[in-house]
Amino acid sequence: MEDIKIIEVKRSILEDNDEDADKLREELAAQKTFLLNLMSSPGAGKTTTLLRTIEKLKDELKIGVMEADIDSDVDTRAILGSGVRSIQLHTGGMCHLDADMTRQGLKEIGSEDFDLVILENVGNLVCPAEFDTGAVRNAMILSVPEGDDKPLKYPLMFEIADVVLINKCDTLSVFSDFDTEKVKERIRMRNPKADIYFISAKTGEGIDNWCNWLRKQVAEYKENI
Amino acid sequence: MHELGLVNYVVKTVSRVAEENDINRIRSVTLEFGEVSGIVTSYLYSYWNWYTKKFPLLEGAQLKCLEIPAVSWCDDCKISYSTVAYGRTCPKCGGGNTWLLQGNEMNIKEIEGGNDDKRRDA
Repeated sequence: MEDIKIIEVKRSILEDNDEDADKLREELAAQKTFLLNLMSSPGAGKTTTLLRTIEKLKDELKIGVMEADIDSDVDTRAILGSGVRSIQLHTGGMCHLDADMTRQGLKEIGSEDFDLVILENVGNLVCPAEFDTGAVRNAMILSVPEGDDKPLKYPLMFEIADVVLINKCDTLSVFSDFDTEKVKERIRMRNPKADIYFISAKTGEGIDNWCNWLRKQVAEYKENI
Repeated sequence: MHELGLVNYVVKTVSRVAEENDINRIRSVTLEFGEVSGIVTSYLYSYWNWYTKKFPLLEGAQLKCLEIPAVSWCDDCKISYSTVAYGRTCPKCGGGNTWLLQGNEMNIKEIEGGNDDKRRDA
């Protein structure tokens, strides 16, 4: 009779990725490169916000952008038009990037040449929150038309975000049931430490505040490593 | 769709554990999921059946999923309660100063398997 063994594993499914993400953060620290992981649902305005951010910061920081999508390169072409280096990562049908896919992207873009690399993750509020990419900071965008109840429905995304940008504020007059106080309260309930900024990537409102946050994070990171 | 990503990780980890334990045929893999981990187990079973066909080690291996109940804690009342029944609102004081104690786990609990080659040698 075949010997059947039972092996107690008792590991989190994501433990390997979490360990790999910590390793990637060490590699990034050695290069003095700040990696920002930018997440949101599809259509919340990641690419438009990025374009505004690049416009503000490209004269003071060397910026590179990695666009992760299931397919196509429309976002990469938009970013290239802004004058910074940008590469497209295809996830091969996967709904998120993990630490190893991120590492391959960083190698391809030549991350050691940059002060700031921004990873535009796949548009999705579930999986990117579960898989640590190895980024130094996580930013997420919630756009007004999506509604102020998203922190209740996707708690993990708001728990892991270091900063939440509430985008499309120019549409608040149309989406008048979006409660700006309630959304802050709901985010803080999940994550008391998250910084929250109201912006409109379209009109430029609030972009200075957000860019000041990012500038400060990059400067502190470079000082402390 | 994140179930597919998770299956991929489960296969990577159990393959390594099997090698470390001299197992070349896995009979079953037992996973534990918290009640509010957001995992749809029916998707997990279909991805498992499709994906494991690519790995001889896992051919025909059975997937078993156990559930860990979700329990929340009220910091004001110092009591625990069922998360699914009451959400973030404490059933005693009606307040929201509450935290999830358990229920968002995604664990590999154990694997069951043997070594076909050794059986033939015996």
